[in-house]
Amino acid sequence: MEVIKIVGTDDTPSVTLDVANEIFEVSGRSLPEDVAAFYEPILDWIERYSEEATGKTVFNFKLVYFNTASSKMLLDILLKLEEMYESGKEVLVRWHFPDDDEDMQEAGEEYADIVEVPFEQISYSMD
Amino acid sequence: MDGKGTDIKEFLEFIYSFYKSMKEHHVQLVYEGEITHQITKAFTSLTETNMELGEESQSTQKKVFHVMVECLQNVGKHAEYIVDTEIHRDGRGIFLLCKNEHEYTITTGNMVNKSKFSEMTEVLEKINSLDKEGLKQLYKQQIKEGRLSNKGGAGLGFIDIAKKTGNPLIYNFLPINDEYLFFVLTSVISRYND
Repeated sequence: MEVIKIVGTDDTPSVTLDVANEIFEVSGRSLPEDVAAFYEPILDWIERYSEEATGKTVFNFKLVYFNTASSKMLLDILLKLEEMYESGKEVLVRWHFPDDDEDMQEAGEEYADIVEVPFEQISYSMD
Repeated sequence: MDGKGTDIKEFLEFIYSFYKSMKEHHVQLVYEGEITHQITKAFTSLTETNMELGEESQSTQKKVFHVMVECLQNVGKHAEYIVDTEIHRDGRGIFLLCKNEHEYTITTGNMVNKSKFSEMTEVLEKINSLDKEGLKQLYKQQIKEGRLSNKGGAGLGFIDIAKKTGNPLIYNFLPINDEYLFFVLTSVISRYND
């Protein structure tokens, strides 16, 4: 599959979807002008990947900020991963949050409650 | 003095009283006009820089940023007016950021059609009646059931603001004419809450 590598800006996240190197990651800030246009190719890629995935998929979210419009799109990504998991593929979601950011930790907890997929919360230091 | 001179004098006096009002209400930033993505980025970036310079706590900085984005996007996506039965979405409104010793207040004002009044009041009252746990449940329910509208809204903005600030949403609908109300929304973010 083609590699998706989007370099983040001050309003869009960095995205890497790379099967060969086993990197699946969304990080940074997300408040794109047009959320649907930004996330559609990513959702489409995951949809196609989910059919041919063979190994374990470890999907990393390492966001420092996202707006509510993006939160809906992040749930759509998680729902696709949930589908993969339910169809018997090995999936793990890793939700990284800055250790002093309760809101980002809570956002991870909320997603973990909504989707049925193995979910790990990992705190990291911003220093 | 001719008419023009009087106009100028009045205008200059207006500027001074405007300046005094801004000082009195601790207004840091005020804007009236179309709220675009560029405006949202510029205002949040400017405010971040000012908070960083003012050594505001990280937690307050994040909350202010969050609330500013949601408020600005609300106006940008929803403000509208109707001319000859046609709806025009112009995304225009007023935005104010105020800061005093204890709190930041973020206020937006925009025109809404009277037909939206009961639905919006119901949503806002429901949000204000809920505690932290209730807001979490409502957020989860809305993110699951809500669909991204064609305006790119997820119906989560108000809930998110209440969740992040931990304070009730202060709002009012003021009459403009037979068709329109001026919707004012103020969110309060306490400082030094860590």
